[in-house]
Amino acid sequence: MPLMKTCKEATALLVAREDRTLSLGDKVALRFHLLICKACPRFARQMLTLRNGMKEWRNYTTPD
Amino acid sequence: MSGFEQQVAALRDYLMKFARLQLRNETWAEDAVSEVMVAALAKPQSFGNRSQLKTWLVGILKHKIIDALRLHGREVCQLEDHVESNEDPLDYLGFKADGHYVEPPAEWGNPEQRASSRQFFEVLEICTNQLPPVQGRLFLMREWLELSSEEICKELALTPTNLYVQLHRARLRLRECLELNWFGNKA
Repeated sequence: MPLMKTCKEATALLVAREDRTLSLGDKVALRFHLLICKACPRFARQMLTLRNGMKEWRNYTTPD
Repeated sequence: MSGFEQQVAALRDYLMKFARLQLRNETWAEDAVSEVMVAALAKPQSFGNRSQLKTWLVGILKHKIIDALRLHGREVCQLEDHVESNEDPLDYLGFKADGHYVEPPAEWGNPEQRASSRQFFEVLEICTNQLPPVQGRLFLMREWLELSSEEICKELALTPTNLYVQLHRARLRLRECLELNWFGNKA
């Protein structure tokens, strides 16, 4: 059933969406999975932390 | 040397750090930074402070680096890591046969508090530098040069599939490295 993703599949999508637009079906399935799963939202927060960390690093100039 | 020349020359090492990280090739990095120096000295300007000068120079460096990546396109994305090509990088995370996590991923805590320190950026740089060269270059093209996946494919004549595979590996490795060297210790 395409709406059901395993954690492994959902995690792969959470990585992929950093670099590409997911298909509508994947987006919906991912959202659904994140609602019913306890583990994957944690991975999603890690990806967000990474994204924010890279952004801060990019904008950071070492103080003298 | 004029004051401006001295200020610019003093930032050479700072620029080299980014050039090395992004290009992963000493000669290319040296060339790119030398070109920045020449370009900067050709148009002396005054800046209110050193961080504005840094920002200006990094802006020039990014352009020179994109030129270098384009010029060496083939080598930039020539894969040397055959060894891991069969490995599924998701396996680092630990999944059961049915696709569930063996153990849920860790809570990394508040990114706003954690990710603001200089030490964090140092670990981030070390981890990025530990990526295999192709992964490191492609990852920083996304995250430092802020190019879209489409732009990267176009610049380097890469297929999207190849790009995504490399970025996927890079992100998972980086996550792993940060967990081991930063979040794991601080938790």
